[in-house]
Amino acid sequence: MTLMTLSNNDYINSLVERWGSYSNSTNVAWLNQLRSEALHCVNKLRMPTTHMEAWRFTDLSSLAKLSFPEALLFPRDQLSELARFFLSESESEYRLVFIDGHYVAELSQIDSSEKIIQGNLSSLILSHNQIISSHLGKLAEFQDDLFTALNTAFIQDCACVILPRNVSIARPIHLLFISTQSETTSYPRCLVVAESGSHATIIEDYVATNENVYVTHSVAEFFLADSAKINHYRIQRDSNQAFHIANHVVSLSASSYYAGVNITFGAQISRFSQRIELGGEGAECSIEGFTLITGQQLADTHTFIDHMKPQGKSRQIHKCIADGSAHGVFNGAVMVRPHAQQTDSAQMSRSLLLTDKARIDAKPQLEIFADNVKCSHGATVGQLNKEEIFYLRSRGISESVARNLLTYAFGGEVIEHIAVPSLKAQLEETVLLRTQIA
Amino acid sequence: MIDQNSKTLLEVRDLHAKVSDVEILKGVNLTVKCGEIHAIMGLNGSGKSTFAKVLAGHPGYQVTAGSVSFDNQDLLSLEPEVRSRNGIFLAFQYPIEIPGVANSQFLRLAYNTNQLSRGKEELDPLEFDDFVREKMQLLEMNVDFLDRSVNEGFSGGEKKRNEILQMALLEPKLAILDETDSGLDIDALRIVASGVNKLTNKDNAIILVTHYQRLLDYIVPDYVHIMESGRIIKTSGKDLAKELEVHGYDWIKADQLAKSTESSI
Repeated sequence: MTLMTLSNNDYINSLVERWGSYSNSTNVAWLNQLRSEALHCVNKLRMPTTHMEAWRFTDLSSLAKLSFPEALLFPRDQLSELARFFLSESESEYRLVFIDGHYVAELSQIDSSEKIIQGNLSSLILSHNQIISSHLGKLAEFQDDLFTALNTAFIQDCACVILPRNVSIARPIHLLFISTQSETTSYPRCLVVAESGSHATIIEDYVATNENVYVTHSVAEFFLADSAKINHYRIQRDSNQAFHIANHVVSLSASSYYAGVNITFGAQISRFSQRIELGGEGAECSIEGFTLITGQQLADTHTFIDHMKPQGKSRQIHKCIADGSAHGVFNGAVMVRPHAQQTDSAQMSRSLLLTDKARIDAKPQLEIFADNVKCSHGATVGQLNKEEIFYLRSRGISESVARNLLTYAFGGEVIEHIAVPSLKAQLEETVLLRTQIA
Repeated sequence: MIDQNSKTLLEVRDLHAKVSDVEILKGVNLTVKCGEIHAIMGLNGSGKSTFAKVLAGHPGYQVTAGSVSFDNQDLLSLEPEVRSRNGIFLAFQYPIEIPGVANSQFLRLAYNTNQLSRGKEELDPLEFDDFVREKMQLLEMNVDFLDRSVNEGFSGGEKKRNEILQMALLEPKLAILDETDSGLDIDALRIVASGVNKLTNKDNAIILVTHYQRLLDYIVPDYVHIMESGRIIKTSGKDLAKELEVHGYDWIKADQLAKSTESSI
């Protein structure tokens, strides 16, 4: 035990040692202070262990051995090879590209002609100091969260999207995080501020060039003002050797709407924590998760939907397909606070185990402190439905084709809801490929 | 239509089957020739639906004795998908909902799989779309049902029409319609029955499994069999169903009882 704790802290210590080279890299006082505070917390906090309820199933002891440095800059003469990660609607997408955590202007596509403010933190921090300083780090609390603290302490590059009042953007905004180097740690950061009545689609996309071992500590903060509407597709298709620890926090003001689709395909160990605060009357969120894992992968999804004000509505469906010896974890908490009357909340978790060795731990958690609410939740874990298989076979379809079709259909339901055609097609292909057993 | 010269399609001999150690079928005998329509009637629990599922190869039922020959082949040794490709079709009493699988995708996959096994051409999505729409007219089905998930959210009547649509696409030699009339209002019943009638010819055969005589007003059987406790206890012409409607199943039982009493005396 003592030994474990030591090595855990070694992980933090060796990451922190490199912080020094960053501390002077900005001349913005508030940012320096935010980073110092975060660093202070990093130094106080310890690596989570499986003795902690929130990390019961997710053993990070293998991560603790991998205190990789940050990546070097990607060779500029090889940038063109990375264009394959652009959406095929690339002409029409806004794009902010980060390679191994570093912003790459050459691959990004920003159009300043429209009324949207976007770019890397360094390019906006002076011109939009007020709005950025009043949002960055305000939602993703790091006092008790080591990984959020780490990310915050290391903030350097950050994807910033600011949607002015009543601006509606049809073109998808692609925040593309590409991992290219082995044995590196990156700290991707996103900040989305949607002012009242604005609307946009944001794709947060984690991809890798190789089956490398690397570590990603990502944090994203989304602020939705009154009546704002954000569609968010978060795609984690990291290398199967990678570690991906992410925290996403959304704050919803009155009558705003957040629709999120969260796809998890990659990483040997991944943890996605999401907190959605319905902090205004009539706020609404709809979140759909789909995890497709195999081999020794572990994918842990922890969500917390916080109904703080009346007439909020939340819809959640989480699906997981575990093949091989993979292990899926879903913990979905829904809180309805005392004043949040007429809350309407529904949560469903459905999991599919393709082998005897695969494992799913699904736990819905409802805490309701208001009396006039409608809340439902449900969870199923199972194999493919035998009656469905027989029905297909009775129509001449072979058992293996029937199984593949049903497995695909299970996940396809979530992918179906992605409104960016080329992204949807890519994901469908991945699911098809991964669910087809000869 | 009965034609003594027709070839025998299905020959069931002393068929016994059980589900989780409970014997349901206790010696079924049945011969079906091409061109014939057979009705199997009986109370709930008499074994008629089990019989239908056993013919289709449902893995939940275990055949313990007897034989079934279909088109001169040993049916019981074949996997369900092979039975289907060889020409057996079961219209389910409770068609299964398959969320996430588009009905059009399912229908085309089933159609093409069967075409392939018969050495015929597959249809691409566009060709199939034209083809299936034509078949849907037969059942007065709304084409919207192509885009929805298989049977998901369909009403009882829509599910049954979707079953008969599959029958129209697969053109089976032997169609077994398991309680296809249940849950249908009179208009839907008329449409479904007329669809089935259009699909019958001298080379195929139909087994109608039903509880009520009602369906038999629209699809007129050549034979009516009464099933009771896992056996066919009486076989007659179409008038048997009418008598049954008037007198009820107790009448058959009493009739049988009288016979067995007679024979034991």
